[in-house]
Amino acid sequence: MTQQYSPSELLICLASRVMEDGTTAFIGTGIPMLAASLAQAMHAPNLVPIFEFGGTGAILEKLPLAVGDMRTYNKALAASGICDVMETAQRGFVEFGFLGGAQIDMYGNLNSTVIGNHAHPKVRLPGSGGANDVGSACWRTIAIMIHDKRRFMDKIDFITTPGFLSGPGAREEAGLPRNTGPYRVVTSLGVLGYDDETKRMKLLSVNPGVTVEKVIENTGFELLLAGHITENEPPTAEELRILREHVDPDGLYR
Amino acid sequence: MIFHHYDKILLFKSKNEMNQFTKSIPIFEEGEATLIQPIDLDGFREHNRKKTKKLVDKRMTEKEAIDKFVKSGDYIGFELYGTVRCPMSLTRELVRSGKTDFRIVGQGVHELDLLFAANMVREIDFTYISLEVYGISDNMRRRVESGDVTKVVEWSNAAITWRFKAASMGIPFIPTRSMLGTDTLKKSSAKVIECPYSNYKVALLPALFVDTGFIHVNRADIHGNCQIDGISGFAFEMSRACKNLIISTEKIVPTEEIREHPDRTIIPYYLVDAVVHAPYGSWPGEMSGMYERDEPHYKMFIEKQKTKEGMDEYMKEWLYAFNDHQSLLDKVGAKRLQELTL
Repeated sequence: MTQQYSPSELLICLASRVMEDGTTAFIGTGIPMLAASLAQAMHAPNLVPIFEFGGTGAILEKLPLAVGDMRTYNKALAASGICDVMETAQRGFVEFGFLGGAQIDMYGNLNSTVIGNHAHPKVRLPGSGGANDVGSACWRTIAIMIHDKRRFMDKIDFITTPGFLSGPGAREEAGLPRNTGPYRVVTSLGVLGYDDETKRMKLLSVNPGVTVEKVIENTGFELLLAGHITENEPPTAEELRILREHVDPDGLYR
Repeated sequence: MIFHHYDKILLFKSKNEMNQFTKSIPIFEEGEATLIQPIDLDGFREHNRKKTKKLVDKRMTEKEAIDKFVKSGDYIGFELYGTVRCPMSLTRELVRSGKTDFRIVGQGVHELDLLFAANMVREIDFTYISLEVYGISDNMRRRVESGDVTKVVEWSNAAITWRFKAASMGIPFIPTRSMLGTDTLKKSSAKVIECPYSNYKVALLPALFVDTGFIHVNRADIHGNCQIDGISGFAFEMSRACKNLIISTEKIVPTEEIREHPDRTIIPYYLVDAVVHAPYGSWPGEMSGMYERDEPHYKMFIEKQKTKEGMDEYMKEWLYAFNDHQSLLDKVGAKRLQELTL
């Protein structure tokens, strides 16, 4: 029998499964922290989390609440500073980067700066922080998003963090490192990737009980569809147990 | 292709045509914003020459340090980030000082919440101001969306720190591969050029000099030799980019203790103008290896900051009610502080 789980728990499990063992991942606040912690306990004991303010290779026994807190360098391999980790990414050492945002477009460009006009904003958002650097320098980026039409937009209000910009060749033309860019979008409705040729977002799999039509309805641009769209496995009993007992015992993300 | 030649803008059909004409480095793109803080390398050198190199006693109170080294309109900066290793005792004193109209580097959340609440900020080099897992800062939103903050210039996190790094190197800019192709660059003061050695396109980031910087550390001697435990954030770079630097420290230690572990010194004394002894100086935030964040207090603050009225109450109760840091600690209470201590 399948256990009940919350939408956040599903997102955490899906993001966790994308993380590979024995590589480096730039981890931001929130769901990526829980996903990295879960991945270390499940299939990726040698995942090396890298945090913006200098923590490298922490063992995530307690959930960090901020990218600079003590838990981001708990039993870590190194505790340096922001220049070191950002320059490490710029030199090509960081495989995965996790991102979020208020808006995303079909090329995976993200907005976390402003809703409305920059000079007279309707909503002033937190700003780039490390997101622009992660989106510029990590080899493959994974965005984690709530999936609806207000967030998946044809034209976003502000490009904070580069995806594929205006399409094929645009990152290289802008001067961004070659062979880098968006890799996956893990959402409340499914998992998406990008078409190799057009660099446009493509639906790869849907979450349990979600139809392809529902994903299309909740996307504000024309979505490409993979030839064979699968259904994601719900969180397993083991994933939920580790998540609830070890990763997030206080239930901050339940 | 656009080329800025003194006050003229020249247009060319190709890069080659332009290079033949100018023998100059073309600017492909530039951010719209003018610099909030001008670059004066030789002025900085001359300022640094005048700073004492003697091992003198620089201890003073928060109030004395702010009276002496801060004036309204200054460009000011804080380290570290979120609620971690924040110079909160200095921040509270700065708010009480009544000095205002600051230009700031928008990095380091909790200090800025208090400055926004007191409407002391006019211009921001903005990278990230938020409450992390607790959502967007309503203090920041109220001031930016209302226009109380008159100028916002965008940067990435690495860009801000690399700008400090350029200043710390004593050079006017640093080339990087961040911000390219985005609106973040358009709303910054970065410029995109082609590297004259390699043909890579790079974003040039202007050096960032701070009039007065505030950094909280684990321990320092009376001269200002500072050691930090755990991650060093951007203390190394920012401390070297400050004209004036005020340090608050959990502990004052003998210089001999510094000399026993010189490899731990992140900030050497000659950078420092004032040393303020502030135990629990990052409260309600945390301090590496010493104490944890006061989560119930911080959650209470999160609720209060949602409305202007709530935040005004918070400021009255937790900032304006005191004349100094010790009286605040007395209110928090020794028992509570002990519970937070690791």
